[in-house]
Amino acid sequence: MTTPNLTDAGPRSASTPVGDVVLRVRGLQKYFPIQSSFLRRTIGQVKAVENIDLDVHAGETVGLVGESGCGKSTTGRTMLRLLDPTGGTIEIDGRDVTKLSMRQMVPVRRSAQMIFQDPYSSLNPRHTIGKIISSPWEVQGVNPEGGVKKSVQELMARVGLNPEHYNRFPAEFSGGQRQRIGIARALALRPKLIVCDEPVSALDVSIQAQVLNLLEDLQNEFNLAYVFIAHDLSVVRHIADRIAVMYLGRVMEITDSDSLYRSPRHPYTKALLSAIPLPHPSMRGQRERIVLTGDLPSPSNPPSGCVFRTRCWKAQERCATEIPPLSEISPGTSVACHFPEPAKEPVSFTPPQA
Amino acid sequence: MLGFVVKRLGAMVVMLVGLSITVFLLFSVLPADPARLTCGKSCTPDVVQANRVRLGLDKPLTEQYTTYVKGIFAGRTYNEGQGVAEIDCPAPCLGYSFSQQKPVTELITEAVPVTMWLALGSFVLWMAIGVTGGVIASLNRGRWLDVALQSTALVLYSLPTFFVGLIMLIVVIVQFGLLPYPDYYPPTQDFPKFFDTMLLPWLTIATASAAFYVRLTRTQMVETLGEDYIRTARAKGLTERAVTVKHALRAGLTPIVTAAGLDLGLLLGGAIIVEQIFNLPGVGRLAVGSVIDSDLPVITGVTLVAATFIIIANFVVDLLYMVIDPRVRLS
Amino acid sequence: MTAQSTGPATAAGTTKRAFLELDDLKVSFQTEDGVVRAVDGVSFALERGRTMAIVGESGSGKSVTSQAIMGLHSRRAAKITGHAWVDGVDIVTAPDAELRALRGQRMAMIFQDPLSSLHPFYTVGKQLVEAVQAHGEVPKAEARRRAVSMLDRVGIPNAARRVDDYPHSFSGGMRQRAMIAMALINNPALLIADEPTTALDVTVQAQILELIRELQAEYNMAIVLITHDLGVVAESADDVTVMYGGRVVERGGVDEIFSRPSMPYTWGLMSSVPDMEADRGKRLEPIPGQPPSLINLPKGCVFRPRCAYAQHVPDGRCDTERPDLTPVDDGHDARCFLTLDQKRTLAVKATGTEEVA
Ligand SMILES: Nc1ncnc2c1ncn2[C@@H]1O[C@H](COP(=O)(O)OP(=O)(O)OP(=O)(O)O)[C@@H](O)[C@H]1O
Ligand SMILES: Nc1ncnc2c1ncn2[C@@H]1O[C@H](COP(=O)(O)OP(=O)(O)OP(=O)(O)O)[C@@H](O)[C@H]1O
Ligand code: SF4
Ligand code: SF4
Ligand SMILES: [Mg+2]
Ligand SMILES: [Mg+2]
Repeated sequence: MTTPNLTDAGPRSASTPVGDVVLRVRGLQKYFPIQSSFLRRTIGQVKAVENIDLDVHAGETVGLVGESGCGKSTTGRTMLRLLDPTGGTIEIDGRDVTKLSMRQMVPVRRSAQMIFQDPYSSLNPRHTIGKIISSPWEVQGVNPEGGVKKSVQELMARVGLNPEHYNRFPAEFSGGQRQRIGIARALALRPKLIVCDEPVSALDVSIQAQVLNLLEDLQNEFNLAYVFIAHDLSVVRHIADRIAVMYLGRVMEITDSDSLYRSPRHPYTKALLSAIPLPHPSMRGQRERIVLTGDLPSPSNPPSGCVFRTRCWKAQERCATEIPPLSEISPGTSVACHFPEPAKEPVSFTPPQA
Repeated sequence: MLGFVVKRLGAMVVMLVGLSITVFLLFSVLPADPARLTCGKSCTPDVVQANRVRLGLDKPLTEQYTTYVKGIFAGRTYNEGQGVAEIDCPAPCLGYSFSQQKPVTELITEAVPVTMWLALGSFVLWMAIGVTGGVIASLNRGRWLDVALQSTALVLYSLPTFFVGLIMLIVVIVQFGLLPYPDYYPPTQDFPKFFDTMLLPWLTIATASAAFYVRLTRTQMVETLGEDYIRTARAKGLTERAVTVKHALRAGLTPIVTAAGLDLGLLLGGAIIVEQIFNLPGVGRLAVGSVIDSDLPVITGVTLVAATFIIIANFVVDLLYMVIDPRVRLS
Repeated sequence: MTAQSTGPATAAGTTKRAFLELDDLKVSFQTEDGVVRAVDGVSFALERGRTMAIVGESGSGKSVTSQAIMGLHSRRAAKITGHAWVDGVDIVTAPDAELRALRGQRMAMIFQDPLSSLHPFYTVGKQLVEAVQAHGEVPKAEARRRAVSMLDRVGIPNAARRVDDYPHSFSGGMRQRAMIAMALINNPALLIADEPTTALDVTVQAQILELIRELQAEYNMAIVLITHDLGVVAESADDVTVMYGGRVVERGGVDEIFSRPSMPYTWGLMSSVPDMEADRGKRLEPIPGQPPSLINLPKGCVFRPRCAYAQHVPDGRCDTERPDLTPVDDGHDARCFLTLDQKRTLAVKATGTEEVA
């Protein structure tokens, strides 16, 4: 890997203790074959995830943001081996799981769980809440202390569900409550890592805030690590300690949340942030909006060199020929761009240039 | 798109070849000996053996099959070089019926138009009644008209064809004499007689099918009427008629066309009964007659023709898909 | 088209009606579980050239209100009372033919999910042509020419060629542009946009909102913008209506609402969204509980079960009495028993808003 070790270094906001690495991903790739309708020959590949390096520490939240189709969900699923990677390595809780069979993965799943966007379709409508939440124990052959029912009810209480609703069915719950059921199920095995794929996107703002608070509380209580996937940048900024910005399956920039919003260094990040509506009418017109022209290129045929160059206002000749590596341009901030934006607030420890 | 058509045509040819082999094999492994069946009571082992040679049944199966297929494309001659009168069976030759003393092809070509008129007439009738009924029911969802249409459909759908046919025959013709006794004339020869004869058979077949299409269309319509693009169509200020027909019905058409294609292919089943009841000289009656007489060449021929018809109907449905749903065309 | 469909309906000429005016609009549905009062007395007024945002949680009646304005509810399923005047025509009582003439001509609508809102079996061009021809005898070639130029106007590249494409071959943003083109092709005076950018990425959302603003200026349209995204409201609206449980709980100018939100539900909405400018460590303050059932509304103030401020109101009035929409300021009303003073001081505590100088 030529990539500098951005992932371990760098200041993190004080609230986040640097714990053990619970997820380490190197050079992760995931291609989906495109098959012709005729004879089912493979005629191309959707490069959904291309060369991603990431470390996630205990107690930390790493956000994944980017436009629809940039490969966030695929990254999340591949990291947990819900999809088989095309290339790269995955270590969960210190164990290389890249090549494990599905059977061998079963015990690994105790430490890494996933919650999904759609609280409606990810719960089996014919199972009671009790059965849904206890299903991970069944799969793992675990007998929780104090019996299944009592443990499920404890979990229910912990995520803010009424334990008396143990025997109800998902249809009897609202969207926010269903998301809580999903969270309780993910928590059942006391994992170290939870990949949350758009966990609040389908919820109303007030319910969304309830669920976000719950996720934060659980993190503090159990020292959980989250990979938090979302397209709502204000939500990601709120919950994540570090954020990786993805475009066409690649990471364009990764840094801590405050720096990212204060001083985006990658042109794409800058454009993405400038598109967020300003939160107060008095601020109208105060921000220069960078409007990206054109459409997202196809992930089966990405542009040469820098994948963002077809929409980048700073693109030069070099961008078409040379792939910009993701490199650390200041402590804790890595950017994949030949011509990154200058840092907005000069960092005190940057030595003055002669 | 062209690629798709070519692909489907290729598949169709493969299916026809496979089908003909299957049918051929099926009838040759039957315990019934076709040679034995040619001479009835007057059979002696010598005659049977002679007939076996006449029919080419002494040859290996593969050769029998190639001869059969060759006959379809080039015609064939029976009794060649046997010292008996030669029987000429011009292409497309599907075999020769010794019991009826006619080439199978001739028997079938005589019968096909009758069944075709029967099929087409009832098809048009049931589609018109079924789709219209379904649309009306869906537009009046929950009201008495919907309930009435649906329960009528349910009752009619559960009535067996032979029962409906017999009731019609007995009530309309025998009891009240509203129509003359069925006597088939081709439409080109005597249209009024043709019409009088066909009306009841049409209605008989159409009844159950129309009932089915009322229900299918209603379900489809109820579903598509709830789609977002229907709301868009209304928001554009289109008339309710345009919304219903051009937007909702159009979108719900795919399964209706599928079912219609299959039903048209399977119509022969219904035709067998109806042709018996109303004494129509169609393919169905030919099939029944040949089964009773154990006239194997005719059974083989009818089966092949019927199956070909079903395969073609499927092909047409596939083509219609492309016309209806542009998404099929592009993928 | 009927001639009477336009022109002010104020026969006596006493009151001048706004271009769009809702007056105590109520929509209810009879269901197996009981009567759903989806919209329970909504009033507001909107002039041409202005944008009214309707915000509120899921199920608060935003879409039902907007569809009532378009006259899209089937008269069989929905019971509608009150008035919805569009350019002098009362949509609630107008005969079907007149409604049809208005829809797609004087008023148009765009929806949240552009893919499912376009017919999958017809080309984009055909759907636009149909919209033109629904309102007058326009020759096909002329209608098509207008379709192409409208698609061009909303920023579809290569419009002359793409006009013959089917919706599924467009990207999400382009589909919404096509929807907008279809809505605006007859130059309507009122555009209702029901969550037009909810299904889109922020980058595309910014483009679409910008496009809508441009077109509004160009056509001098009144716009009803339904959204749950307060950022979109802050950016695009002139006036805001906050709905809860089928009622208006607060309404006013956008600056007023954002600077001086005046009732607990609005406060809750504002403190639920993560603030991009605020300190990241600040905890969100969600509204507890869930929206009410519209079949069995709580007694007293509808927001009472989720309200943290009811104890500031004396005599338990919140539990027994329904508050009215009362003025807070000029053109700014709120439905809450708190005193004006409390509305000010508690708002600052609840949302951290300071009056903008
Ligand atoms: N099973 C699959 N087969 C083929 N292509 C796929 C598959 N799953 C995803 N893709 C493609 O991979 C790319 C990345 O998809 P992914 O779902 O990871 O994006 P995403 O960032 O999660 O988007 P969204 O925000 O819409 O959820 C897309 O181009 C998608 O079409
Ligand atoms: N046809 C109908 N029959 C019965 N109830 C209905 C009908 N249409 C809407 N409702 C109910 O009316 C209420 C308001 O619905 P509406 O669609 O206006 O909500 P909304 O504010 O647009 O919410 P969202 O943000 O989810 O779109 C909901 O409780 C809904 O279930
Ligand atoms: S490498 Fe070039 S094209 Fe890519 S983001 Fe940087 S400036 Fe733009
Ligand atoms: S009236 Fe009472 S319950 Fe209702 S919002 Fe005001 S304080 Fe809360
Ligand atoms: Mg995704
Ligand atoms: Mg809605």
